Amino acid sequence: MMFAAQSIAEFFQFLGNWQYVVAAIVHAVLLIHVFALSPFAFIWLERKVSGRIQDRLGPTRVGGLFGWLQSLADGIKLVQKEDLCPPAADSMLFRSAPYVVCVASFAAFMVLPFSQGWVAVAADCGLFIILAILSLEVFGVIMAGYSSGSKWSLFGGMREAAQMVSYEIPLAICALVPVIAAGSLNLGEIGGMQRGWFSNWFLFHDPFTFIAFFVYFVVATASCKRAPFDLAEAESELVGGFHTEYSGMRWSFFFMGEYASMFAVCGIASILFLGGWNTGIGPLDDWLYSARNAGASGEGSAALGYLANVLGALIFVKKASLGVFVQIWLRWTLPRLRIDQVITTCLKYLVPISCFLFLGATFWPLLMATGLGQTTWTSPLGERTADEVRESRGPSSPKIEAAVDTASADDAAGLVSVERVGGAVR
Amino acid sequence: MSGESFLFTIFALITCLSAIAVVFSQTVVRMAFWLVISLGSTAALFFLANADFVGAAQLLIYVGGTLVLLVFGVMLTASGPYLKIATSPGETVIGGFLGLLFLFIVFAARSGVEWRKPTAPAETLNSSGAVGNTLRPLGLAFLGARPDKDLNEDVDTTSPGYLLPFEIVSVHLLVVLIGAAYLARAKKRVGSVQAS
Repeated sequence: MMFAAQSIAEFFQFLGNWQYVVAAIVHAVLLIHVFALSPFAFIWLERKVSGRIQDRLGPTRVGGLFGWLQSLADGIKLVQKEDLCPPAADSMLFRSAPYVVCVASFAAFMVLPFSQGWVAVAADCGLFIILAILSLEVFGVIMAGYSSGSKWSLFGGMREAAQMVSYEIPLAICALVPVIAAGSLNLGEIGGMQRGWFSNWFLFHDPFTFIAFFVYFVVATASCKRAPFDLAEAESELVGGFHTEYSGMRWSFFFMGEYASMFAVCGIASILFLGGWNTGIGPLDDWLYSARNAGASGEGSAALGYLANVLGALIFVKKASLGVFVQIWLRWTLPRLRIDQVITTCLKYLVPISCFLFLGATFWPLLMATGLGQTTWTSPLGERTADEVRESRGPSSPKIEAAVDTASADDAAGLVSVERVGGAVR
Repeated sequence: MSGESFLFTIFALITCLSAIAVVFSQTVVRMAFWLVISLGSTAALFFLANADFVGAAQLLIYVGGTLVLLVFGVMLTASGPYLKIATSPGETVIGGFLGLLFLFIVFAARSGVEWRKPTAPAETLNSSGAVGNTLRPLGLAFLGARPDKDLNEDVDTTSPGYLLPFEIVSVHLLVVLIGAAYLARAKKRVGSVQAS
């Protein structure tokens, strides 16, 4: 049965040793489509939203209704353009810089889960890997700026590099705040924990995660070099910033990278704070969860489990796209900051705020456990941890059983030990 | 040849060839580019060895951090557009000699050690997850607890973790951070007071 396969590799089992190769190719092709089609949609959305905000219609002709094929028309135009390389440029670096940007933002999708278990590489430290990969994008920008042999590009590249490198710090710290609440860096696990009513989303976990979401969103906007932080591209003073000298497809690769990484950071935000692929309606989520599990284990209808996952992926894409929409909205409503204001915002405000949030988030569980005797503001002490231990226990050893039994859920020390043991089992 | 060793060969070749390209390229930024390729495929080798955390750390620290700093340094200090480094023949000879010496040491060390095949690595760590999910044992080991050892063996002694080295490194990094902020602060100019 087609849907019964737990993974794509299992689906191609009949190929013998080649199943993993074929599965890897299928994963890569699927992700390339996500990578290519999300800019396709978002560039159209950008044109449409900017049109509406400026009291215009935006594209209306290409493709009929709402001009939805505008991006394709743009693409065809860009493919036809000559591939220029200025004589002053270092041609090898100049030509390879767009690929570095593209590869960095494409590889980020490798560890991004779209639904329960729908992820190309289910890494235990997925969040760490995705942040590491996204931080590589800056190198392509620097290369482009330096190798173009133009003043505009060099200044744009310098500003861009300074901005992206400094915004990486609050980005990572803000991403750690929900990680403290979850106790895991595995994106799939973090998403799965927020099942149930939307009060289970980490956005509402504690006041610190609530603020961290907004700080994260601002920082993510800046690290994607979007307005109001797009000083590096500042058209009025730097022509086009680091991509001044580029034309045709190489130029568009930068933009594909930019829109794809916008989608990636918003996807991370939706998993970390907004419940990922969960609907936020308690009973519906529980039902979908059991349908997925039944489908995967072969007890229930496999097709139903598959459909539940498709619904999850749609919800996830919807949440991430909503984030991208807000970023587009911000771009066309806020004026651009000066470069010193951009760096000041980061180093003097966002870094201290995110450090404070990080500290607060570490103290919050302690405060809750000792002051109110609860794990979070909704669940009593030890409830969630005990559930997790029970779920993740699997083939248990008698020693762990004993540890879980003796760890009384009434005091804070017991809570910590239950969590540790649960972690060890996993 | 299994798929894993095929991938290993590819990434090892990329690592070595781009390392050679670093040595033979003339402009500094091109060197940095080849270094990115070399270090990136080293990270890929870590991922192949199921060391996800180390691979991601390699990407974040070496490629995303150190190299960007290096390129920054080049861009801020360069006097001309494309800085070239021309090595004199004497330097080439000395560098080549040192390189060969190092290669010899590596080969000697490689043949001097009796390698044994690892017996089912990391499988004991996780009852459920895939091999390579080393994050949680690593984190607990840094906190001084080794449940991966203590829970699997029926001995009532606890193994030491890495809490002390972890703390030393943290304090060291904090000192470096404060030092960097101290060096970069806006300095009071003694001369300007006298001039005015």
